[in-house]
Amino acid sequence: MSAKVGDILRTIRPRWVALYRPSFWVDRARRYCYIWALSIALLAVVSLVPLTLMVTYVYQSSEQAIYKENVLRILRLTSNTRRTVTSFFEQRLNALRFTVQVESYSYLKRSDHLAGVLKNLKYGFGRIVDLGVIDASGIQVAYTGPFELTGKDYSGQDWFKKTAEQGAYVSDVFLGYRGVPHMIVAVRWGNGQGEDFVLRATLDMEGLSEILHSLELSERSVSFIINRDGIIQTPSRRYGELLEKMCCIPMPEYSEHTEVFETGGEGGNPLMVGYAYIANSPFILLLVKEKSEIMQNWYGLRQNLIIFFLGSLVVIFLVCYVIPTYMIESLYAAEQTQARAIHRLEETARLASLGRLAAGVAHEINNPLAIINEKAGLIKDFITFKEEYKRDGRLEGLIDSVLESVERCGAVTKQLLGFARHTGVSVSTFPVRQVIADVLGFLEKEASYRNIALNLDIQDGLPPLVSDRGKLQQIFLNLINNAFQAVNDGGRIDIAAKTVDAERVAVSVSDNGCGISEENLQKIFDPFFSTKKGSGGTGLGLSITHGLVQRLGGQIAVASEIGKGTTFTVTLPIETKEVGDEGPTRG
Amino acid sequence: MKVLLVDDEKEFVSALAERLSFRSVDADWAVSGEAALKMAEETHYDLAVLDVKMPGLGGIELRKQLHGMHPHMKFIFLTGHGSQEDFKVGSEEAAFYLAKPLKIEDLIHKIKETLNL
Repeated sequence: MSAKVGDILRTIRPRWVALYRPSFWVDRARRYCYIWALSIALLAVVSLVPLTLMVTYVYQSSEQAIYKENVLRILRLTSNTRRTVTSFFEQRLNALRFTVQVESYSYLKRSDHLAGVLKNLKYGFGRIVDLGVIDASGIQVAYTGPFELTGKDYSGQDWFKKTAEQGAYVSDVFLGYRGVPHMIVAVRWGNGQGEDFVLRATLDMEGLSEILHSLELSERSVSFIINRDGIIQTPSRRYGELLEKMCCIPMPEYSEHTEVFETGGEGGNPLMVGYAYIANSPFILLLVKEKSEIMQNWYGLRQNLIIFFLGSLVVIFLVCYVIPTYMIESLYAAEQTQARAIHRLEETARLASLGRLAAGVAHEINNPLAIINEKAGLIKDFITFKEEYKRDGRLEGLIDSVLESVERCGAVTKQLLGFARHTGVSVSTFPVRQVIADVLGFLEKEASYRNIALNLDIQDGLPPLVSDRGKLQQIFLNLINNAFQAVNDGGRIDIAAKTVDAERVAVSVSDNGCGISEENLQKIFDPFFSTKKGSGGTGLGLSITHGLVQRLGGQIAVASEIGKGTTFTVTLPIETKEVGDEGPTRG
Repeated sequence: MKVLLVDDEKEFVSALAERLSFRSVDADWAVSGEAALKMAEETHYDLAVLDVKMPGLGGIELRKQLHGMHPHMKFIFLTGHGSQEDFKVGSEEAAFYLAKPLKIEDLIHKIKETLNL
């Protein structure tokens, strides 16, 4: 089982490696590159578009929901505060109304009575600093409080006129005679008999400040009151000094209800402003919060959303890249394998037909050759065995020459026939030296023409091989032929044979030729791999050699260095048992 | 010792027979399987040298029939082709197998070996 998994992993691994450098890209297989790019693009679009749409939708709807919720919260808070502030004034006005209803003008005109009333009011409602009774002409006829204001004339003052007109009045905050911020509430009383008077109370600002303070807003939020001219009535922290014009926030439009608006604020820091016009007073209640603060929840959510989106993006891109690349790489590899197989098949077929042709020709020539052989042999027999033909000594020489030529032709046709023949291993016993001598027999002439030094180093006492002599001839012929092609004229070829152990013999063929590059060395036994294709190499020699060596149960190894030479080493069992099946091996 | 040579090439087989006779081998020859069978009916041969590929009755089939007639007859195959099938059959029939053109000395050697002389 684990072996199976191992196999699968081994099959997969090379393709994973090819992910960052797909072979179809390296090979510039345009059709594959196109399909590859298209699949990546399609996959990316199909997966990214819905994701992007979804994330955008979630982003916007969450932001909106959180925004709306915060607006609602500000509205609620502002509205509650308005109620409190309104009732603060209403309570005090009603207290004054109650006082003028139950106490007569003549009673209130007396300052000692008025002090008693103030005491009660302070006790009942608090935040009332002083009380004054002003007659219809605007003169304060009675006063009780920390200042000495009896006899003051208020007839010219705005609040007095408004009180007289409206019956009740709540003033702005002002410094007044005392230089302390305060405000007044006043009610008018009249019985229609010329006994009209106004009861006025001064309120300190602590009361309002306490209400606003009780909201327990955060550092960066503030609630304060302005009048309808935008003058700040209670401390506002950063939106202007007390009794000065409010800055940074535009005047809110009149509305009967509580409203919220968004404004730029200072330093581009958007503000959310809730406001309410306080009825029957010049006041506007403001609740100011920094948008960045109230949207804090949203920022956390937004960060998670963005991290999720970016993470998904990376994963999707990875998957969009890896899957098509892996699949197309596999497809390409499969096509390559198929193409190689077809190519190999074609080569094999070509070789087979070449073999058939060669065999046919050899056969056709063999028969007449056999006749020539026998006829010439017969003539020789006549000369040898019959006295009457012995007269001319030259005839025997001529006949020998004919027979020798026939023998040479026979050797050629046998080779041609052998080209098409893949016989099984036929084992015989022979010394290694003999096989090498067989092969060198073919090549000695070339060696002497090209002045190539052939050095034979065969270990003494090398046991004879029990192997297929024909196949060994072909193996060494191929290797020594290759060495001949690798060396220059005047080069050197060493052939050595020695035992490896009790069961194996190693034969090496070394040359001092051009050498083979590392890259080619790996492909050297591949069928149809040739660096000599232009000059008629089929790329089959070493492949066939490799196959033959394997069939004899041996191994072949190669070591080479560019410019220094190459050594092929064939390790063979001293006794061969046939390995593999009949038929062509490796191409 | 009588030897029968069978080959469709008359020039080849006649010359070969004559050459064998120089070497004290009594050889008859035939140019077809049918003729060879007829001769084998009349004469007892110790050994037959057969060409594998002949028109009509081929060497392999001829060997079977001759073997039927004379179970003790030995065989040597000749071939000008050297194809894989020939080689296999030749080897399986446990007879010698020689390729044309052949050396007369090789043939003599094989004949002696086959007949254990």
